[in-house]
Amino acid sequence: MMGSPRFWSWAALVAGLLYFFLPLVGMFEFSLRARRGEYSFQAYTNVLSDPQFRDTFLYSVTVALFTIVLGVLIVAPTAFWVRLKLPKLRPVIEFITLLPLVIPPIVIVFGYIRLYNTSSWLPLTGTAFGTNLLLIFGYATLALPYMYRAVDTGLRTIDVATLTEAAQSMGASWFTIITKLILPNILSAILSGAFLTFAIVIGEYVFAALLNRPAFGPYMVWMGGNKAYEPAALAVIAFGITWACMGVIQLATRLSRHNRVQR
Amino acid sequence: MDFLKIEHLEKSFGTTRVVKDFDLTIRKGEFVSLLGPSGCGKTTVLRMVAGFETPSSGAIVIDGKDVVGLRPNQRNIGMVFQAYALFPNLTVAENVAFGLKVKGVGKDEREARVQEMLAMIGLPDLGARYPFQLSGGQQQRVALARALAIKPHVLLLDEPLSALDAKIRVSLRTQIREIQRELQITTIFVTHDQEEALSISDRIVVMNGGVAEQVGAPFEIYNRPATRFVAQFVGTLNLIEADVIAPETGTVRIGTTEISLGRPLKPGRVTLACRPEAVSLGAAEGRPLVLHAEIGEVHFLGAVIRVQARAGRTALSLDTFNRPDTPPPSAGDKVQVSISPADLLVLEA
Repeated sequence: MMGSPRFWSWAALVAGLLYFFLPLVGMFEFSLRARRGEYSFQAYTNVLSDPQFRDTFLYSVTVALFTIVLGVLIVAPTAFWVRLKLPKLRPVIEFITLLPLVIPPIVIVFGYIRLYNTSSWLPLTGTAFGTNLLLIFGYATLALPYMYRAVDTGLRTIDVATLTEAAQSMGASWFTIITKLILPNILSAILSGAFLTFAIVIGEYVFAALLNRPAFGPYMVWMGGNKAYEPAALAVIAFGITWACMGVIQLATRLSRHNRVQR
Repeated sequence: MDFLKIEHLEKSFGTTRVVKDFDLTIRKGEFVSLLGPSGCGKTTVLRMVAGFETPSSGAIVIDGKDVVGLRPNQRNIGMVFQAYALFPNLTVAENVAFGLKVKGVGKDEREARVQEMLAMIGLPDLGARYPFQLSGGQQQRVALARALAIKPHVLLLDEPLSALDAKIRVSLRTQIREIQRELQITTIFVTHDQEEALSISDRIVVMNGGVAEQVGAPFEIYNRPATRFVAQFVGTLNLIEADVIAPETGTVRIGTTEISLGRPLKPGRVTLACRPEAVSLGAAEGRPLVLHAEIGEVHFLGAVIRVQARAGRTALSLDTFNRPDTPPPSAGDKVQVSISPADLLVLEA
């Protein structure tokens, strides 16, 4: 019946799906038109065989992995400690972690360049290694809101205080508590944060371009300005990577043995 | 032999004094319960013994060593929590082995000890399961095994039965007591449930407002409460107002009846108290205090029948054993109830 809520629910769902998927379908269809008069994966072949694609993608993946490690090392102990010992500081920490969402990346990167240029007290931009470090720090900052929320949500699902006290009463040190008990119990939350970080780093342009690093983001922009079908193929590949990340998050969450039945 | 000594223990949170000049001495192998209402400071005392809270002042001496300056992981204390606190990412066997692994116990010895502990709690075949695959009672037994696996100096039980249903609670408390007796481990048990404390403790510390109101064996606490609070908190109590008419002989008037309590009293009005089981239906030899009452509610509890009655302005609760040949009174019946003066407690203000 036309007026029933069920009909309108379905109508809204279909409209939403069309809104989100039609552009993707269009883009995918366009990416297959590299050869005149037929559909082919020529644009994908061109992209994947481009050494610059491989180099920039590998660079961004490496930077993403280091960013994830740095992010976890900063965020997990901080969120754990705030939840355990400094609960009153939580609003302050949450505010700080939200700052990267309100401060544009360009402001952050200019701040970095001003602070760490070759004539500063810590000339990180003077070497490729230093600049790479700066890029990783920048990305860790950029991913902070997502990583912090993911880890904090994970910590909320376990009784951090009691588990910590139980472990302490059995002689465990802080290191043992964090590595053997807390981290394994929030692994799926950390993975969520990690893959969100990965997705952010893979497509990021401003930091990489202004710090002049050979990352995947600037490569995509360059490709967009110089080729016709390949940018569409690249965008589809980027979407594929992001969705694969989401899939891995789901998979990791499902495969986490001790969580299997609780869900 | 005194094994655990708590001396002049104080704890304040900001300006609130939660524990006030608390003293307690526990012998080796003794089972002592801290009993009191919420917020009385019993858990805070336990947490100070465990090292999770630092005392504002005072000493905690375990086996001759003051542990106040030691961190929780240096005290060798086993603790069982209300919320089980099993590590969700570890199997039952790994949970029990956790403390042993931390202490660097070798694999073979560790596995043997884990098997011994699991057998002791009656779950020898559940080592490979995860905590979420166990019932609440099973989880708490595993938590007990985990706490005992490290052979702690002292076992601390923080309301370990509160989250369980009534039947499991009774069976598990019996099991806890059996294991404690078998291992002869010095144990402090925190509870707000008087029945639990009365049923399994060697001694009970009744706490109120951060102070130990009375320390004694369950029989003593129940039958000879030292303060009005203890009398009212532990068990059900009938309160009877009386006028002291001869202070030196302890003669009081209740309604129109005069009886002698056989001990001196202060002149004026006095509040007397007695347990429901000390009140009998009908008059009887040796029970000179006889009151005329009207039956209110009658609760048939199986072996025991609890009868609510009213004698003038005094509400009385009395317990009588069920006898198949004697049906209980009905609501509205006019009856006599009698009490022996020996069963009457004089409550101090």
